[in-house]
Amino acid sequence: MHAFDIDAVRLALPFLWSGMITSLTLLAIAMTGGILLGTVIAMLRLSAPRAVAAIAAGYVNGLRSVPLIMVIFWFYLLVPLIIGRPVGAFVSAVIAFTLFEAAYYSEIIRAGIQGVSRGQMAAAQAAGLSRLQAYRLVVLPQAFRRMTPILLTQSIALFQDTSLVYVIGLHDFMTAASITANREGRLIELYLFAAAIYLGLCLAASQLVQALKRRMATS
Amino acid sequence: MTYRWNWSVLVTEPYLGWLLSGLTWTLLVAGTAWIVALLIGTGVGILRTLPSRTARALGTVYVEIFRNIPLLLQLFLWYFVIPELLPAEIGRWIKRDLPMPEFWTAALGLGLFTAARIAEQVRAGIEAVGRGQAMAAAASGLSTAQAYRHVLLPIAARNVLPPLTSEFLNIVKNSSLALTIGVLELTGQSRQIESNTFQGIEAFTAATLIYVLLTMLVIAAMRTVERATAIPGILARA
Amino acid sequence: MTAPFPQSRLKGTAMPRTGPETASPIIAIDDLSKAYGSLQVLKNCTTSVARGEVVVVCGPSGSGKSTLIKCVNGLEPFQSGSISVEGLSVGDRKTDLTRLRSRIGMVFQHFELYPHLTVRDNITLAPRHVLRRSRDEAIDKAEALLARVGLADKADRFPGQLSGGQQQRVAIARALAMDPVAMLFDEPTSALDPEMINEVLDVMTELAADGMTMMVVTHEMGFARRVAHRVLFMDGGQILEEAPTAAFFEAPRTDRARSFLSKILQH
Repeated sequence: MHAFDIDAVRLALPFLWSGMITSLTLLAIAMTGGILLGTVIAMLRLSAPRAVAAIAAGYVNGLRSVPLIMVIFWFYLLVPLIIGRPVGAFVSAVIAFTLFEAAYYSEIIRAGIQGVSRGQMAAAQAAGLSRLQAYRLVVLPQAFRRMTPILLTQSIALFQDTSLVYVIGLHDFMTAASITANREGRLIELYLFAAAIYLGLCLAASQLVQALKRRMATS
Repeated sequence: MTYRWNWSVLVTEPYLGWLLSGLTWTLLVAGTAWIVALLIGTGVGILRTLPSRTARALGTVYVEIFRNIPLLLQLFLWYFVIPELLPAEIGRWIKRDLPMPEFWTAALGLGLFTAARIAEQVRAGIEAVGRGQAMAAAASGLSTAQAYRHVLLPIAARNVLPPLTSEFLNIVKNSSLALTIGVLELTGQSRQIESNTFQGIEAFTAATLIYVLLTMLVIAAMRTVERATAIPGILARA
Repeated sequence: MTAPFPQSRLKGTAMPRTGPETASPIIAIDDLSKAYGSLQVLKNCTTSVARGEVVVVCGPSGSGKSTLIKCVNGLEPFQSGSISVEGLSVGDRKTDLTRLRSRIGMVFQHFELYPHLTVRDNITLAPRHVLRRSRDEAIDKAEALLARVGLADKADRFPGQLSGGQQQRVAIARALAMDPVAMLFDEPTSALDPEMINEVLDVMTELAADGMTMMVVTHEMGFARRVAHRVLFMDGGQILEEAPTAAFFEAPRTDRARSFLSKILQH
């Protein structure tokens, strides 16, 4: 076993940090976009005419039966073809993650909306609100309050999934660690360091979610 | 940019063979990983419900570690790092003499990762059986092991079937990560066809359809199991 | 097939209702206290149950009566005091709890039949795996007990296919299959629809007439009046009153017992 060379990690820190920024940016955009799009899809599945609801259901079930790596490859191939010029790995990854995660978020949100009693929708419409207003002002606020912990847990999984952009060579934290590991010949140091960082961040985040759950349960 | 369609590439040799070989490796990796995940996941899940505080802590540590590191990185750790940290002889055996090291690493890594998720389902399934049943078993003099064997686990197994279906689907999908350490499974093969022929859309469509088909098969199979094991007098979940 | 009970006992009324032997208590509870954190659920409870005695434990909900009987077979741990069953100390680490529990039958409020097993398998599970009886012996006994509680034709059913009253009668048969020296009942009729309460109480009445030692937590005061030798009244985790049945109903000593009885006997 060779000596653990902490310098290899220290020297790579700026590069790793820029990778982490890429990971977090991807997380932020895919999370925001995914939740927005997921809400629309969930509402379509619950209230749109049957044909539209069926398309929304097909979207969700289709994406959920395909590996994320496959989806990343698809968009890496398709986005330049559709736009008509090369766009780079980051843009195609952002689109792939947003559309992919929307399918998963929409299932959580759909369950959340269904958890709000039908009586609430009826009461809001009886008071003269349109269906859309009833969703926006009455149903969604209650649903989101209740499902915040699950959405956050899904987002922790999303953060781990961003490491898969490795397959299209986008320099996120994981890829930065891998590049450094191979360039310096310091695989043990870099991969263990990356594991410690992911473990620390995700563990801390999931502890926060647990604390939030407990606080919600008591209030 | 214009795209030149050529669907016939999918039935042309060697590409058809590549796709089939990819499917085979996907099934092998997912199947082996599933056995590992089910065995270890059940064990860890039971640990987390036992009266012993040490047992529960061990279970928790396992779950938290394997759940909070990305699967891709876990595979790299098993493939590149762990053999170096093991005693030299074992490391050498893994690198030189173990046949198909990529396959075994992918299957074990994926299995151990999924075990953490299954453990959580098993724990929830046991807890859902309820304190009352555990008390009734204890009150009639059954030991903890007997209560698990005859009462808690048979009921929990049925509770766990629906979430296990989605874990099985996850393991099929996640087996695609094996391509990162060189197992040419389905996704890897479709990627290979793309870079050889530039018919990416055709190759990815074929792989995607196979995944969708696998998903439908798994769901149908698990429904059959659920129906076969349903307890008379209790409504099966919709 | 061996008859599990002497013929004379099967009719239930053949035995005269005599008082219990007072010499050696089967269950002895001495100065028992238990707390969940800062919440005191049992305070200095002392009582005993003699062989053949039927003791009803009553009191308002949350008074600690269920907790008290769950302490008797060690299902609930306690912090101070002691309980002994046939001379074996429940709280003692050296006591083989599973052995002790196999000597006491317990019937729960929500039946707690095993939903994945047939009625027959529910009854034979513990005799086979704890007492190591042979399959045939256990099945013979189970069928005799089912006949005794009036459910001979239900052996192959699953619990989910039976009514609540039938499930509770199976639960009683399941407890009896272990040949217990005493039976604990934790609100056995509280979860039942009114029309099913009597079928369960009838079985319990017969059991008492056969001389079974019983400790029963219940709100059924009619049953208590008819069957119990002695009544314990609990409130706030304490045994406030302990009296022979007639004395308790005719002249309760404490205000709380009086107010409890007036509330529960009004309708």
